[in-house]
Amino acid sequence: MKKSALKLTETDTAATAMEDIPAGEIVAITDTNGKDTEGIRALSDIKRGHKIALKDINLGEEVIKYGYPIGIACKSILRGECINTDNLVSARGRGDL
Amino acid sequence: MKTLMLYKRKNGEGGIRNRIAVISTVACSNHVVEQIAQQVPLADAYTHAYGCDQLGEDLTLSFNCLKKMGTHPNVGAVLVVGLGCEEIKASELAAEIAKIQPLCEYFNIQDVGGTTKSIAHGVKIISRFASKLSEMERTEMPLSSLTVGLECGGSDFTSGLAANPSMGKLAKKLCENGCKVIFGETTELMGAEDILKKQCVNHDDYLWICERIKKIEKVAHDMKVDLRGTQPSPGNIEGGLTTIEEKSLGGICKTGGLPISGVLDFAESAKVKGISFMDTPGNDLACSLGLSAAGAQVILFSTGRGTPMGFAASPVIKITANRTAAENMAENIDVDLSGIISRSMSIEEGGTMLFDILMQTANGQETSSERLGHREFGLYRISPILT
Repeated sequence: MKKSALKLTETDTAATAMEDIPAGEIVAITDTNGKDTEGIRALSDIKRGHKIALKDINLGEEVIKYGYPIGIACKSILRGECINTDNLVSARGRGDL
Repeated sequence: MKTLMLYKRKNGEGGIRNRIAVISTVACSNHVVEQIAQQVPLADAYTHAYGCDQLGEDLTLSFNCLKKMGTHPNVGAVLVVGLGCEEIKASELAAEIAKIQPLCEYFNIQDVGGTTKSIAHGVKIISRFASKLSEMERTEMPLSSLTVGLECGGSDFTSGLAANPSMGKLAKKLCENGCKVIFGETTELMGAEDILKKQCVNHDDYLWICERIKKIEKVAHDMKVDLRGTQPSPGNIEGGLTTIEEKSLGGICKTGGLPISGVLDFAESAKVKGISFMDTPGNDLACSLGLSAAGAQVILFSTGRGTPMGFAASPVIKITANRTAAENMAENIDVDLSGIISRSMSIEEGGTMLFDILMQTANGQETSSERLGHREFGLYRISPILT
């Protein structure tokens, strides 16, 4: 069975991996009704619970999950790459800036 | 009308437990309090690091929180133990508690004459309380007597996808039955403001919440610290949550998209039926204190990574949708919702499971944390230590 990642809303640009996904595998992107919406090749290993990019995301662009921004890309992210603390930063509570 | 079997209190509230609270007014009383509480099965030790060298609002908050523990509906009797020279006076605290609580006594360790005599004296008092409490019986009361706290801790990706939305379904059922439901954790609303705007019944409440969130960001700014050091925590990040915004958007699912009818300051008693937000830290123990002090007889707590913590006055029901936590920490988990993640059950079914266990817990069934002896307590300080 194909590995899957859950996309919560139509506008989301990140989906949650439902199991460990090794780089190179085609991931079934499913919606909340369990329907497959598309297949994306994972460009990096993605651990269960971590996020896969659903489109190319530019440096400085917001990443969307739950239909809302969850932070800003601090590197450009390719469709199929893992989204984590290496390429996504919070825009909030940044007293260091 | 749905009903529960509860301990009816003098003020009309209903307790789901009938425990003895042995309360330290000051850290100096902690050992004596622990030793007293250990010797009577119905008793819990309410120990903490404060009660002395506190000023102003900080002192008032500590006093009020201890008072609210003494008058909590799950508490049937109280022994206040002071040292004798602290700001929170045992006599004053006991007098406040006794206005509502018929079984309440106090003493100071300096008056009784040291540790050994105080322990023996305290055990004698609460043994008398225990025999009185064992004569009390539960009576039928409406489900609307319940105030329920919702909390999350040790979150991971499963919290926002399954456990918190299931709590949202439970919240809907509770609201329909006239219960009060409270959620807190102000820091963990950062990034969920647009959702709050839609859910707050009163626009002023939405603005109030935003103000409280901004206050935290201002403190971070003034301290020149980056909240990313703790939010999300290393465990949250390992569990798939990359930013505070992502954690918040998962956390707000606890409210099930329902109207938020009111807002409360920390430890303020719940005023309106339906859902209220309380300004609390994200810290689990501090949040539990706030919810319990507001009158919550029970707290539902979702976790992804697994956490054992209970709370002295209010039983805590632990929920996880992470199958690893459900297996590795099985003894700490009351409800396993991992079937939602594997798609073998629905969020609606998750909500029903939570409602069922809540009813059983309210009627007397012990939670995992109670069975394991987790009856943690702590106070929350709001000012720096000056003296």
